Amino acid sequence: MLNKAERVPIYDSRRQGSVALDELREIFRYRDLVVQIVRRDILTRYKRSVLGVAWTMLNPLGTMLVLSIAFSKAFGSTPGYAAFVLSGLIAWTFFAQTTNAAISHLVWGGGLLKRIYVPRTVFALSAVGTGLVNVVLSILPLLIVMVATGLPVKLPIFLLPLPVLFLAMFSLGTGLVISAIAVFYTDVAEMYQIVLTAWMYLTPIIYPESILPEAYRVWIARLNPMYHLVRLFRMPVYDGILPGISEILIAGGLSLGVLIIGWMVFTRKADEFAYRI
Amino acid sequence: MNLPIVSDRQKTEVATLSDRDEIVRLENVSVRYRVPSERIGTFKEYIIRRLQRKIRHQSFLALKDVYLSVRKGEVFGIIGNNGAGKSTLLKLVARVLHPTEGRVWVKGRVAPLLEFGAGFHPELTGRENVFLNGALLGFTHKQMEEKFDRIVDFAELWDFIDAPLRTYSSGMWARLGFAVATDVEPDVLIVDEVLAVGDESFQRKSAARMQEFRDKGVSILLVSHNMQVIKSMCRRAAWLDHGEIKFLGQSSEAIKAYRQDQKG
Repeated sequence: MLNKAERVPIYDSRRQGSVALDELREIFRYRDLVVQIVRRDILTRYKRSVLGVAWTMLNPLGTMLVLSIAFSKAFGSTPGYAAFVLSGLIAWTFFAQTTNAAISHLVWGGGLLKRIYVPRTVFALSAVGTGLVNVVLSILPLLIVMVATGLPVKLPIFLLPLPVLFLAMFSLGTGLVISAIAVFYTDVAEMYQIVLTAWMYLTPIIYPESILPEAYRVWIARLNPMYHLVRLFRMPVYDGILPGISEILIAGGLSLGVLIIGWMVFTRKADEFAYRI
Repeated sequence: MNLPIVSDRQKTEVATLSDRDEIVRLENVSVRYRVPSERIGTFKEYIIRRLQRKIRHQSFLALKDVYLSVRKGEVFGIIGNNGAGKSTLLKLVARVLHPTEGRVWVKGRVAPLLEFGAGFHPELTGRENVFLNGALLGFTHKQMEEKFDRIVDFAELWDFIDAPLRTYSSGMWARLGFAVATDVEPDVLIVDEVLAVGDESFQRKSAARMQEFRDKGVSILLVSHNMQVIKSMCRRAAWLDHGEIKFLGQSSEAIKAYRQDQKG
């Protein structure tokens, strides 16, 4: 009855080598669990609502509408301001929702961790997976808004998966670090909300970066990785231009760095989670 | 009182086991829970206390220098009072806890028998929940497709499999969870009977399934307060007291030692 072809897994608590690589192997073994959790999150979130998955599209559209009405006078010089805001919001919402979901999945879903073994990174990874589905779903409304505001949709849009990939890597890394800390100190989740709000206003999401005084712009570019990621996200869609090599390298390097750091911090602390949750 | 302490003889018995038959080994394992004297749950508090240098921890050893080896096909009992470290020991084998000291080594797939239904979602259908639960136990989608018919057969839920779980009665819910959890064909089964709930027929069913596993040659780690169950199911047993193995050997002997201590 046992499937002999399957390799017998051996668990040794005094494992040799790096925990970060071990986790990578384990998460590959549990890859179907990531898919299942993403499925669950998407299916259950809207299951009993009339509009269903359409909410994923309506949510940023609603915010966009409010912001467009409020700021169309102030930022009237920005062409297609609605599309500008929406493209920024999609990128930002992805980051904010994914990192928040990584925290809540790990901290509140932790009951599971006390009962059966699953690779701990599964929570942050599935949060990113759910976020990716939402991004894909909100691309269509973005294109509609662009056409409606008279902005051309150009060929570089096919390069959009690249900034989305970088955003996913950056969000995963950040989510891993924050959720690992939140396991030990519950109010980190609350503090993070304040940080997120401040962070959003320090990123050109609802205002064009041209309104920033040059000195501020330079510092934001130096210190805020989301500045680069949002910019890279807007280029192929809103701007309709191909990003340059240096822009890709900066955003990609930052994302990869944050991902590696996050993965290492998280896996190093993961064995203590069951003692703390 | 003269207690039969784990002797060197037993340690050598463990050491001479042929490696091929060994399936679980705990080598001088200790688990230390670090309990802050006062609970510090927030980061703000932590910073304040840290600055005031007021953080004190009491460490509490849930398991002390435990040495244990279980062979393939063996049903191994663990007895002892509440708080003796029995569940902690099971968690180590289930890979949920990492030992503070020592080494835990397990060959093969470990399945906890009583955690069925963990992770079920009421809004998902029975079918969707079976696949989600299977993935939680580490199975791929393909492996679950193979098992699916057998699971639903056992749970006798073909008529409701595409209805959301919130429409299930608690009995149907438990049946489905049980069917998924026991179709895993593990190498090591972990049973914490102390936590067992459910009506009599359900307990009988789970006991029957456990015997079925034993007959198939699955190793079982069984925690129970029911000495009758331990005596009839296990050849060997360990008596845990305050995190230490006080006796390890024949299950009847272990029960005798435990009972003697309880009287005295």
